[in-house]
Order: sequence, then structure tokens, then C-alpha cells
Amino acid sequence: MPMKIGEKPFFGRVDDALENNFMRTAMASAQDRLRGRKLDATVRDEQIGDWEEWRSAGEEIRRHTLENLDYYLEQLSENFSRKGGHVYFADTAEDATRYIQEVAKKKGAKKITKAKSMVTEEIGLNEALEEIGCEVFETDLAEYILQIDDHDRPSHIVVPSLHKNKEQIRDTFRDKAGYTGTEEPRELTAFARSQLREVFLQADIGITGCNFAVAESGTVSLVTNEGNANMVTTYPDTQISVMGMERLVPTWKELDVMVNLLSRSAVGQKITTYITNLTPQLTEDSVDAPKEFHLVILDAGRSNALGTEFQSALHCIRCAACVNVCPVYRQIGGHAYGSIYQGPIGAVLTPILGGYEEYGELPFASSLCAACTEACPVRIPLHEQLIRHRENYAAQKGRTGERLAMKAFGIGASTPALFQGAVKGLPAIMKPLAEDEGISSGPGPLKLWTAVRDFPAPGNGNFRSWFKNHKQEGDS
Amino acid sequence: MAEGTIQNKDEFLNRIAGKLGRKKAEPVTLPEWKHQPQWEVFKNSAPDDLLAAFCKSSKAKSAFVIQTEVANLETAMKDAIDKYGGGLIVTTKDGRFEEFGLEPLLADSKTHVWDADLGKRNIEIAKQANIGVIFSDISLAESGTIVQFNDKDIARSVSLLPVTYIAIVPQSTIVPRMTQATHRVHQAVAAGKGISTCINFISGPSNSADIEMDIVIGVHGPVEAVHIVVTDK
Ligand code: SF4
Repeated sequence: MPMKIGEKPFFGRVDDALENNFMRTAMASAQDRLRGRKLDATVRDEQIGDWEEWRSAGEEIRRHTLENLDYYLEQLSENFSRKGGHVYFADTAEDATRYIQEVAKKKGAKKITKAKSMVTEEIGLNEALEEIGCEVFETDLAEYILQIDDHDRPSHIVVPSLHKNKEQIRDTFRDKAGYTGTEEPRELTAFARSQLREVFLQADIGITGCNFAVAESGTVSLVTNEGNANMVTTYPDTQISVMGMERLVPTWKELDVMVNLLSRSAVGQKITTYITNLTPQLTEDSVDAPKEFHLVILDAGRSNALGTEFQSALHCIRCAACVNVCPVYRQIGGHAYGSIYQGPIGAVLTPILGGYEEYGELPFASSLCAACTEACPVRIPLHEQLIRHRENYAAQKGRTGERLAMKAFGIGASTPALFQGAVKGLPAIMKPLAEDEGISSGPGPLKLWTAVRDFPAPGNGNFRSWFKNHKQEGDS
Repeated sequence: MAEGTIQNKDEFLNRIAGKLGRKKAEPVTLPEWKHQPQWEVFKNSAPDDLLAAFCKSSKAKSAFVIQTEVANLETAMKDAIDKYGGGLIVTTKDGRFEEFGLEPLLADSKTHVWDADLGKRNIEIAKQANIGVIFSDISLAESGTIVQFNDKDIARSVSLLPVTYIAIVPQSTIVPRMTQATHRVHQAVAAGKGISTCINFISGPSNSADIEMDIVIGVHGPVEAVHIVVTDK
């Protein structure tokens, strides 16, 4: 399915989200656990020294790479193809899916296994492959859960099934796959293992995303825990990896730094269980390795950010640390963003990829508390970019748009000047959240979204009634 | 693999170059990075400290750790195999098994040594196997990680398909962290040498926390892991 989730306008989605008490409780507790784990593996881990140094290292590497993206992509594609791999540069999502369809047709592929990949979700690859008669198996546990639940949509970039509890998963497994066990995660997981075991070995094509490609050697690096990515890239005769064009590093030395930042920030691990680095080879003679290796390098709107104030949004390594500290995400959950990229990075990235017309409201889904910026392992100034987006959106829409946005969010509706001030001067007057202080309040003119943070853990309906009231005020 | 191909490159890259304010890509030299905290971790640590760290990190990654000397390795291996249920065993094809005195393991009727000449039959056997035995090429103290440079003999399946993997970790392979391992690969690449098609960093059994953030050990890869550290090699 493509990047977009649902048809409702943004506020309709927020309403839906607030109706769903379970989802909100799940989001809050997941956020707390993910954030806690990340802190233990970063600022609280003395073994790695100063975490800020690591962040600076990450920022420095990402900046240099993006500033020279053309050079490093050239190097990557040359090295990958020299070793027998096939590189396809896809301008659009449609170009990418068409190319992959062609490969599948040429191979006469029937069964396709997939490891977790947001970028293939972004381009709607599963549908494209099903269209030509392939059977596609998601094998990451979270993606598997979503797929068998009638293609439910991801609510978190690292744990896409975050909005589901174990009882719901048990029921889905029972209704859709004949599962007869309990809601114990261990048992549910064992069921997924048994269901997919043979599929892995029979698949004709294995498809993965790409956490980082290494330009100097033409390598695709996958950062995973479940072992499914290894299965997907070991047994099918053909492997296809799809990467956002910004997801690369110059050499193996930088790969080290980026993998460390990603493992620790995404899941609070010193290293994930598997870091699997795959490189084509002309003389490949292993029994258990693909014979054909394709790399699809995708633009699909990313270049809109190049050379602009949003370029650093492309530094993102999709760790979701910003999502896990976001007070707005905590309340409205992932689906309300209407994009497969949620939270602060979703609000920054989605309008870049999909335009203001459709996603211009998203940058308002933030309290601008700056907790995201502080959490980001590569120091992307997320809250500043949200402000830039708001300014651009207002400028594009003219006064009406600006008023609409203000009204919708109940922001100083009677005093446009306040809004202006809020948008422009906010970072200076808002006290940024110290990440390990947890979620607390901060004063500021954007009362509406900052107030979100004042509420205790959800389940009490406060946010809901508060949101409603404010929205009515805004509508009046 | 047949010759590789590249499609749609020039147009794509020239557009990027244009956005970055130039006509086409210009050669770049990698800068000397200002921030390199990675080299500070376990800097100047004695081999025994690295060994202790490796064992501790392995346990944290849910691997069972055994320390032994070469002379006792065979017994330690037998014990580990018994502890994890015995049965069919698959090993990589690796000269180090002999070097470390493990001929009896290879000669056992229940052991299959990976043999590329047998083709896909190896995969069938590995699928049935209860235990896969491998050597670590580089081992990371910080995270209890073993590194495999897979090829037709050091097959990917051996550490992947069986219920349990047992990795033999010569102490001399232990380095502080991923930094030293990736540096080695970088040097090989810079020297124009080919690299393995699969360089796999493995840290304990497969796992997932996708259901309510509860960590479950054993998903699609191994369910158990054993790291046998050989202290005098
Ligand atoms: S913006 Fe930063 S914190 Fe958010 S997902 Fe990307 S890298 Fe992680």
C-alpha cells in the first residue's frame, strides 16, 4: 500500500484515534518502554563514552554524504554492478514497482518473501506484485501480523503493529490462520515461525529494504533481530533490495557509526542480533545464496528536499527515537498521521514526499517542544523544520489557509499576530524538553499542542474532551 | 552471477547534482572525521578484559557461554551438544576444526560437514539439524557478537537453520567492537580485494519484541546460542 493511510482528513483521523482507548494506552506504554531502553543504551551507557560525541559523528557523516549524494550513489552503483548486481534508479514509486514487476515476471516468480521495509510499503509494492499474480509473504513478525489482519496499516516505523495487543493478535491469528493457542507472545511467535518456515525455503524471490548501502563496496546492510531477513536473502535465487536514495554511507568505517546509532536509538540494543551485509559477486558459487541481486534506488520525492532548508530531513536513519518521545504521537497514535511515516519525522518527511496539498496539515501535529530534535541520533533539527513547513504552508495557502490552520488547532484564532509570533519565535521561548525528564509541560503561545503534554497517561478521556472543546472554539 | 547492469543512472544523478548546485558529480575525498568516539571504547583494554567483556555481553544477548582451553575443547563441545539435545549436527567446512582438535566431532556419524558439491541437499540437512557449529572470524567484546565471512564452505545456513548454533570463539579473534571489524573490511576493499558476499554479525539467538514489547527469544533464526570461548588460541 502506498504512503497514504486512510481517506479521512487529518482531524477526522485524530477523532478516530481518540475514540480508541486501547490504542492510546498501547502507544503510551510502548513509547515509555522504547524510550527507556534507548536511554539505557545511550546517555546512560558509560561504556560508549559521550553519547553527544556519537550524535555529532552521525550528523557529520550524514551531512557529508548528502552533500555529495550524487558522487556516492554513482560509486555505489558502479561497485554493485561491477560485481554482477543490477542497479535500477527509480524516479518514482511507479517506476520502481514496474521494474520489480518485470523482474518477477521474467523469473516466473510465484512466491515472494519480504523482510521489513518501510520503503516498499511507501511504493505499494505488495499490491503491484499481487496484481501480476505473485503471492507475497511479509515475514517480519509485526508486518506478518498486519498482513494477515486484512492488510492493516503500520502505526510505527520500527514496530509497525504497535497499536495491537496480544489478545487482538491471537484473535486475528485464530480467525485468519486457524491458530488455536493462547495470547502468550511466545506462543504467537512460535506460530509465525512454523507458518513461515517452509515458505522461506520455497520462495522464488526475496525482497528487502536497505538500512544502509556501502558505496565503496556495493554492499546492502540490514539491521534486524528476527532472522527473517537472513532467510529472505539466503534461499530464493533472486534478491531485490529497495533503498531510499539517501540511505547510504561512503565506507565500512561510517557503517560502523551509523549501525551503532541505529541499534541503540531504535531498540535500545548495543547491536541488533543480525547485521547482515550483502554484496553481489560474479563468482558466487554458494549453495545458499541468491544468484541474481537487484538494487532499486528510489527518489520518489526525496530530491525535493535537496538543496533546500529540508535537506537534513534526508539524514534520517528511521530509528523512531523522535516518535518515541513525541507527546502528540502519544495521544493520537500512528494512523492519525495518515502516512506510513509518523511522529515528528513523519510530519517533516511526508509533506516533502507527498506535497502540502495533501499533507500540509501534518506539521501542525506537534507541540514544538523540541523533544524530537533532542532525541534524534543524527541531530536533525526536526522542530525547526516543522516551523519552516508551517510557514511555507501558510504562505502557499495565503491568509485563508493560515486562518484555517490556526482555527483548526485553536491557536490564537482571534490574534493572528500571536500565531505569527508563535510560529516564528517559538523555539526561543519554549523550554526544550530534556529527554530523560520525560514528558512534561512547557509554556508558550501554542497552548493547544503544548497542553497535550500536561495530561497524565491516557485512558481518562481528558485529551479527548479537551481536543473537542478546542476544536469547537476553532470552528466557531 | 552474470554481468551487472545499471539503468537510468545519468538522468537520475544529474538531477541530484543539479539540486546540489553542480552540473554533475564531482570527485570527493572522504574527510578526516572530527568526531570519532568509536575508537575510544575499550581503548587499551588488556586481552583478558576484552575476553571478560565478550562473555558478559554474550550472556546479555541470551547466549550460553563456556570458557575452555584447546586441550579441553572437545569435551566442552560434547557437553554443550548434550546440553542442547544432541541429534543431527551440521558444521561449516573449515580447516580450524582440525586445527582445534575437533576431528572426532567431524567424524561422528550424526555430523554433516557442509559440502558445496552436494548442492541443495546441504540445505535439507541443515533444516533437519538440531545444532549448527561454526567458528567466529572476528568477535566483538562490546556486544557479544560473532562475525562470519560466509562463502560456499562457510555456509550461511549453518548458523541460521538449526535450532541452536554453537560458535567457537578463539580468544585471539576478540576485538573491542564493530569498529575494528568494519575497519578490517574497509582495508580489504581499499586494497582492491574482494569481500565475502555475506558478512554476518550475529549476536545470540533470533528474537522479537513486536508483540507488546515483550522480548521473545527464538523467531525465524536459532532459538538457542552457545559461545565457546577458547582462551589459549
Ligand atoms: S528523524 Fe532522527 S530520531 Fe526521527 S527517525 Fe529519523 S533519525 Fe530517528
